[in-house]
Amino acid sequence: MQLTGAEILLECLIREGVEVMFGYPGGAILPTYDAMAKYPQLKHVLVRHEQGASHMADGYARASGRVGVCIATSGPGATNLVTGLATAMMDSVGIVAITGQVARGSIGTDAFQETDVTGVTLPVTKHNYLVMSAAEIPYVVHEAFYIAKSGRPGPVLIDVPKDVQTEKAEFNVENYPPRLKLPGYQVPKGASDEELQAAVELIRQAKKPIILAGHGIMMSGAVQELRELSEVSGIPVTLTLLGKGAMPESHPLCLGMMGMHGHAACNNAIQDADLIIALGMRFDDRVTGNLKTYAPHSKKIHVEIDASEINKNVKVDVGINGDLRTVLGQLLPMAPHKSHAEWMNQIRDWQEDSSEREILNHYSGEGLLGAQVINDLWRCTDGNAITVSDVGQHQMLEAQYYPHQRPQTMLTSGGLGTMGFGFPAAIGAKFAKPDEEVWAVVGDGGFQMTLAELATARQENVDVKIAILNNSFLGMVRQWQEFFYDERYQSTPMVNPDFCKLAEAYSIPSMRVTRRDEIEEAVAYARSIKGPVLIEFVILAEEIVYPMVPAGNDLNNMIRRPKPGENQS
Amino acid sequence: MNAPQSSKKHIIAALVENKPGVLNRVVSLFRRRNFNVDSLTVGRTHKAHISRVTMVIDGARLNPRQMAANLYKLVNVVDVKVISEGLHVERDLALVKVRTDDVESYNTVAELCERYPARIIDMGPEVAIVEITARTELVEEFIEKLKPVGIIEIVRTGVIAMGRGKRIQDTEYEPQVFENGQTATVERFSV
Repeated sequence: MQLTGAEILLECLIREGVEVMFGYPGGAILPTYDAMAKYPQLKHVLVRHEQGASHMADGYARASGRVGVCIATSGPGATNLVTGLATAMMDSVGIVAITGQVARGSIGTDAFQETDVTGVTLPVTKHNYLVMSAAEIPYVVHEAFYIAKSGRPGPVLIDVPKDVQTEKAEFNVENYPPRLKLPGYQVPKGASDEELQAAVELIRQAKKPIILAGHGIMMSGAVQELRELSEVSGIPVTLTLLGKGAMPESHPLCLGMMGMHGHAACNNAIQDADLIIALGMRFDDRVTGNLKTYAPHSKKIHVEIDASEINKNVKVDVGINGDLRTVLGQLLPMAPHKSHAEWMNQIRDWQEDSSEREILNHYSGEGLLGAQVINDLWRCTDGNAITVSDVGQHQMLEAQYYPHQRPQTMLTSGGLGTMGFGFPAAIGAKFAKPDEEVWAVVGDGGFQMTLAELATARQENVDVKIAILNNSFLGMVRQWQEFFYDERYQSTPMVNPDFCKLAEAYSIPSMRVTRRDEIEEAVAYARSIKGPVLIEFVILAEEIVYPMVPAGNDLNNMIRRPKPGENQS
Repeated sequence: MNAPQSSKKHIIAALVENKPGVLNRVVSLFRRRNFNVDSLTVGRTHKAHISRVTMVIDGARLNPRQMAANLYKLVNVVDVKVISEGLHVERDLALVKVRTDDVESYNTVAELCERYPARIIDMGPEVAIVEITARTELVEEFIEKLKPVGIIEIVRTGVIAMGRGKRIQDTEYEPQVFENGQTATVERFSV
């Protein structure tokens, strides 16, 4: 059957299981938009800025484990996707971005709206394609989806010249998917017997072991295996920021988040441990602190799907390049049955110390704290919502005060730290999980970077709740200025719009909260409406996220919140 | 090029798919990961769809396995070997244009060509082009010896290398053929 390149592209997307794509039309992608009318089963969500489309595709992928799709025109449309691609790249999220390109004959002539998009996106994609004939499209699309979701997932971009979209080529449904020929792309599987033996021996000898669980647990679907290993061998688990949800945080062996703003008990335990078992995480500087003094007494096992991550930042004793679920499945029958009572008691002591410092246990001030907002949001949503945070203090407060029980319910830009990610990603997450409660937890700074998507939320009536923690400051930058720049608050105070009036302009219901006793009612109000709702929480600017490992410090050298009665240092 | 002798050089050879933009991907990776490339050469193999890239990397602080793992992450890179880890031969080729406007100069050049694997390949009225093919160290030694004669211009290929004996670096893979009979490999050399 002869179809146009645009029709072939859409046919292939449908066959890859795509149900929704987020995008913005323009000249060079118009043939594809025109063909969309023939494929009503493929829903298109019109965004207000292409960056929003890339974050929506990202949020969709993180919440569902499927590939998210965004689409944009050439030149400025494509360059606006770049931040979203870089975000997905750093957090290993499988998305496919489709961009229009000027006609083949015009490539390289600085034609109107021409940009070398495969060149621009090379460092921020797992792979990218410039499609030079309609006949290639089925191969490219199938490869793109396979590469995006397999191995260590990542973004893949397909750049399609306008005349390739209109060119006719033979397309036969029964030949789809075509056979993949990717000689240079192999997905690691399991561990060798030697590697497993070596790992088991280290676990057998360990007296103070700890598991560091990352995003990879969820991406390989190893949640159950992680829990079993932890329980069988009595090993406590600490989570990276993106690892939240890998193990229920109510589980007695789950200690919560490690790292720069992680729980002090986790950081102390890592520095004191005699065995680190790192699973699907990459020893980012935000979780290691000073590498020279990192986990100095421990042997280290690292199971990781990306071979180039093993021995990159931290030298390990046993490095296993493989799929976590497969490797843990191999390891479990061999795992020694153990418990580590003394070690757990030590960890409980550290936790007890933190609990004495916990601000929610002793704060009685007038002003509202971000910690109170997140804690109460957690309580009012039964700890069961999908929360999508932006970047900054509110993000760390979310990580600390909203314990998650299920995988893929805590979405945030961890690696790139992209302000503006939260709100559009929440819209994407809601499309992926229409039956779940989705909250965008954002700060006043980041929200203003992508708030144009309020119109998208209204147009599509996306049932996403927006919690703005408004302290009229770039709070995390302010915190660094307070600690490290002698309280010179250069360019961090913000004169903000009236967020509730802004919501009103978009016909979105809203409520402002200034006291703790109003939180419950506001959350109930938001939940009572099927559609977007904005709640502004006016919080104190002086709040500090504790503990904090200053960049480059030893991991257990944290700035702690003083205990009541102690002097502020 | 003139790195001190003490620095550690690694020779890495990669087989890559002969598709547009592949060399760009390789070079971009090195810049992105802050790997210091001494030389990089690329050329077709006996299979039209496969090219071979040879890189010399200055890596006192770098682990060649780490670099190889990073290279292998590129989808179009089919095979990577750290050639310098095993027995291997390596060759660098230089063309040197020297001043031979008097008999003494000419005699010096001719004499050097006797002692090194080099020969005069072009003789002009006042200049000559000398070709040398040898290990990098020998090429550099030769160039040093030519300097007093008067080097006017120089061009080098960079190192190519091959493992010795029966160890081979090859791939069985055949190129993708689309439904219309077109192949993914482009006709001309296109990395």
